[in-house]
Amino acid sequence: MRHLLSAADLDAEAAILVLDTAAELAAVTDRSVKKLPTLRGRTVVNLFFEDSTRTRISFEMAAKRLSADVINFAAKGSSVSKGESLKDTALTLEAMGADAVVIRHHASGAPHRLATAGWIAGAVVNAGDGTHEHPTQALLDAFTLRRHLRGGTGGLDGLRVTIVGDVLHSRVARSNVLLLATLGADVTLVAPPTLLPTGVHEWPCRVSYDIDEALPSSDAVMMLRVQAERMHDAYFPSAREYSRAYGLDRDRLGALPDHAIVMHPGPMNRGMEISAEVADSDRAVMVEQVTNGVSVRMAVLYLLLGGSTGEK
Amino acid sequence: MSHEATAPETVVLRGARPYGEDQVDIVVRDGVIAELAPPGTGSAAVVVDADGLVALPGLVDLHTHLREPGREDAETVETGSRAAALGGYTAVFAMANTLPVADTAGVVEQVWRLGQEAGLVDVFPVGAVTVGLGGTQLAELGAMAGSAARVRVFSDDGKCVHDAVLMRRALEYVKAFDGVIAQHAQEPRLTEDAQMNEGVLSGVLGLTGWPAVAEESVIARDVLLAHHVGSRLHVCHVSTAGSVDIIRWAKARGIEVTAEVTPHHLLLTEDLVRSYDPVYKVNPPLRTSADVEALWEGLADGTIDVVATDHAPHALEDKDCEWGAAAFGMLGLQTALSVVVQTMLLTGRLDWRGVADRMSVAPARIGRAHGHGAGVQRGATASIVLVDPEATWVVDPEGLASKSRNSPYRGMELPAQVRHVLRAGRITVRDGELAS
Repeated sequence: MRHLLSAADLDAEAAILVLDTAAELAAVTDRSVKKLPTLRGRTVVNLFFEDSTRTRISFEMAAKRLSADVINFAAKGSSVSKGESLKDTALTLEAMGADAVVIRHHASGAPHRLATAGWIAGAVVNAGDGTHEHPTQALLDAFTLRRHLRGGTGGLDGLRVTIVGDVLHSRVARSNVLLLATLGADVTLVAPPTLLPTGVHEWPCRVSYDIDEALPSSDAVMMLRVQAERMHDAYFPSAREYSRAYGLDRDRLGALPDHAIVMHPGPMNRGMEISAEVADSDRAVMVEQVTNGVSVRMAVLYLLLGGSTGEK
Repeated sequence: MSHEATAPETVVLRGARPYGEDQVDIVVRDGVIAELAPPGTGSAAVVVDADGLVALPGLVDLHTHLREPGREDAETVETGSRAAALGGYTAVFAMANTLPVADTAGVVEQVWRLGQEAGLVDVFPVGAVTVGLGGTQLAELGAMAGSAARVRVFSDDGKCVHDAVLMRRALEYVKAFDGVIAQHAQEPRLTEDAQMNEGVLSGVLGLTGWPAVAEESVIARDVLLAHHVGSRLHVCHVSTAGSVDIIRWAKARGIEVTAEVTPHHLLLTEDLVRSYDPVYKVNPPLRTSADVEALWEGLADGTIDVVATDHAPHALEDKDCEWGAAAFGMLGLQTALSVVVQTMLLTGRLDWRGVADRMSVAPARIGRAHGHGAGVQRGATASIVLVDPEATWVVDPEGLASKSRNSPYRGMELPAQVRHVLRAGRITVRDGELAS
């Protein structure tokens, strides 16, 4: 693996290797000195064209725990008309000797472009691009699912995961469908038809318009953020109607099997896709997802940068 | 700089095969085909060895972007004319979406004059339908028609004339001077921020879709409008199977509609977008293989009348970036004939007469380009392209005459090479090079 651009870059073996590596590295987090010398002397650049404090901090912490030097590069705008171009930014980072570039960009495919246009030589990690993918989010979700529901080892064979919300605009959903299916899970997407992408019926998952039909047979339910402003583009009539039809409230929580967990990639819209009671319940694992995010990102950087040898 | 070579009184094109048929000597005198003589019999001061080359009427491109005035960094009338001549063209229609927009007699006369100065092809300016391509107020169509540029084709290309009343009025108004409205069929609300064909792939790639219905619904409306007011309508760059069906239906009803397809929509599909390389970003977008097959069929049976390049040069910085920030458009003038040979001729869908019709005769007729598309026959204006049908070549964008490099065919091997071009008896291209 040279880059991590899409969850589709990982076959089951590679995905399980990332998860197993993350599990080993997670042990470091439990020590009083939370640091490994593995990436000493290597430089990881966090190139964020979009505000995302939580993802940036997670990558920053992951790199620092591996002793890498971390540079945070927050760029505003991207097209030629709005400031420095992606290309010039990339050339700058290359000149500074970045070993890995973690990129968050509002344009789908920007990480792919960065990795293939010949601008830089280092590894590229997609930290979320437009409405395309967010592969490390999918990895941390798989890690969390595995730890809770599969004893922390192997794949996710037969695990029933329901993903609810704005699939159309969600990079989290795309990466999760790909990765969880690769790991053997049975994924169901639930959304109003307006918030499902064209061609979703060819994805490796089931599709439903009815959350209440899906919940009783779910081992985990993942709620996606839904922006209330989508109502202005007629994706749904009102925030209240959306919330009634697709929101996870206390009654719906009761419809889940007892062992089922509730996930959310954050940031949550309490009262929209998830009620405050559910978000704060002991079934919700959002805080643990954040912790696992650091471990999984450590594993990705470790595997991409080839451990401690310092060789490229 | 001018390529206006002095016309020798007589030129003989020795051993050419008009439309790929029997060899003749084409004798050109005073800009006109004087005679099709038995091979080896014509004599003149200038003899061009055309042994075995296919002779077609000079190609006519109904849809070119020459970028001047305003974006001379991407293309000029001069550089675009060179690309056109080398591609086998003797006339091009220059779209109106320049800066300033070609929406007045002054701008269209400027473009016309620049074309004459370049002296390689006749540059027929297309006039904008609405002021500034704004879609709200008719431009002075009559003034452009009556100008020295004699504009007959009007288009807001790049934007759709989406207001139904404005479209109706434009269709009606241009009847007074035998004009035609060339519609860029794109329902704007259905294509806000659209990046690629809407389908399974756009969903996977997370790129906003440009659905076929956004093209087809406008074409359906416009053919009905054209029928209602008894006007002729031309549809730019048809890209979907559904559009072909609608136009076929309209023609069967006797509606005066013509349509064009681009070379890239005949050869390339949306699968190329997987690379996120903006050289494949174009409007309308590359579609599916089912659409491509329908376009082949439509072009073969005459539902689609014309191959037009939609040659759209862009400066490097507008393509060397992420997909979402990139401009729409591809180069096309120097590769069009080869792509048509590959997709239509070598497959048996069209013969050389068919190629001549779709790339010269029909576009000249639709655009009222007098003196073009007259055919390789005695008495016709001697605008002729001589093509080596056996040659193949590998596309190298660095070697193209355009100022820009955004060719989607980089590295592809294509059949057929333009060897010589005459425009009204003057040699503009000789041995694949611009004649000096």
